[in-house]
Amino acid sequence: MIRFEDVVKRFGDHVVLDGLNFTVAPGEFVTLIGPSGSGKTTILRLLMTLEQVTSGLIHVGGDYLSHMRRGDKLVPADEKYQRQVRKRIGMVFQQFNLFPNMNVLGNLTEAPIRSLGLSRSEAEARAHELLDLVGLTDKVDAHPTQLSGGQQQRVAIARALAMRPDVLLLDEVTSALDPELVAGVLALLKDIASSTDITFLCVTHEMGFAKDVSDRVMMFDAGQIVEDGPPDKIFSEPDHDRTKAFLSAVLNRG
Amino acid sequence: MQSSIWNWGYFWDVFPTVVGDGLLITLQATVYGSVIAYVLGLVLALLRRSPIAVVRVVVWAIIEFIRSTPLLVQIFFLFFVFPDFGIKFDALTTGVIALGLHYATYAAEVYRAGIEAVPPGQWEAATALSLPRSRTWIAVILPQAIPRVLPALGNYTISMLKETPLLLTIGVVDIAGAAFQAGSAAFRYVEPITIAGILFLVLSYSASLLVRWLERRVGTVH
Repeated sequence: MIRFEDVVKRFGDHVVLDGLNFTVAPGEFVTLIGPSGSGKTTILRLLMTLEQVTSGLIHVGGDYLSHMRRGDKLVPADEKYQRQVRKRIGMVFQQFNLFPNMNVLGNLTEAPIRSLGLSRSEAEARAHELLDLVGLTDKVDAHPTQLSGGQQQRVAIARALAMRPDVLLLDEVTSALDPELVAGVLALLKDIASSTDITFLCVTHEMGFAKDVSDRVMMFDAGQIVEDGPPDKIFSEPDHDRTKAFLSAVLNRG
Repeated sequence: MQSSIWNWGYFWDVFPTVVGDGLLITLQATVYGSVIAYVLGLVLALLRRSPIAVVRVVVWAIIEFIRSTPLLVQIFFLFFVFPDFGIKFDALTTGVIALGLHYATYAAEVYRAGIEAVPPGQWEAATALSLPRSRTWIAVILPQAIPRVLPALGNYTISMLKETPLLLTIGVVDIAGAAFQAGSAAFRYVEPITIAGILFLVLSYSASLLVRWLERRVGTVH
């Protein structure tokens, strides 16, 4: 579903990703863990085309994302091309990023109507279905400012799902929430992961969630994959010292 | 009581003339000029963000040029240059265009600040949902950028109001023009000019109250 081929990402002189190679199979739930600055969020941003690769190739669903074919050559993809491939990918952000000038229904229907070409009634039907899924049917007319953080994030998840993506990117989606709201959002994500075929790429510090829901965990440090394996292995018997050090620091705090 | 400095009888005599002849013109110049400035200013602000470098540079140059030259000179310029191109506008229309053009460059700056104040997360969410560019602007960015800059635009309208007497120079009879005409007819200027001053004070102060009310409703961006 996703393939990174020798991906390099540089910001000025700072190399964030240095020749990254990995694949994700369709339907897999992969969690990325590691210290800040290790490149995990950059990977998500590259997939969402919020950044472009410095070099290397990204494939999604068998098509190029970072590049496109022109004749028999590969050139960096333009906006028009990326907009088509991008539709298969959705993202939920740490800061929710709901549109404050629209109510919940507006947030959920805007992209399906304008980007996918659904009719208003189809988009609204889908919106109601999703609000039901995330448990917020009574909030359909509310404005984002009237909702709690956890509710806003659930709307954000519904908004991403409204595009029926093949891939869903979760960027520390519970890090900005009050601790008591975190469990609700994580439970919802677990539900969605088990009941759909969506491929998930999740950056999180919630190790319990990672262990419980992931098919695979990748430990990152300084732009490289240090270790890659099933959660049971990574969390109980990691091979690498860096992984051990990171996990003991994170799991033993508080 | 008659005084050679102030004559209340004359004051009330000349009041209707100054108000009647001048007020409508002043208001027209300010309102039409503002509409042009608000609309053109937004166009300029959007063009300044064009991905085409030539467009950005040309628009920047136009804005800098207009902001750096006196409004009076621009008014004259348009008034004397238009006929050379076969354009026959009356003085008021030429004046309105000059005012609109001049203040559009200030409005463009205000819009730019408003657009940049929209959190980057909004742009990212629009990208994540694959919204077309036009839709991102119309449905997400501008509805968040524009309300916040309305007070600043309102302040520019008030400035424009106070600059309308410049149009005297091309023959437009606004409040100030009516005051001078009345004054020179009777060789007494103090009273008519005082009336003009009072009118501007009332218009300007009412407008600033409106702007302050707007500020409280939508917040400000400078």
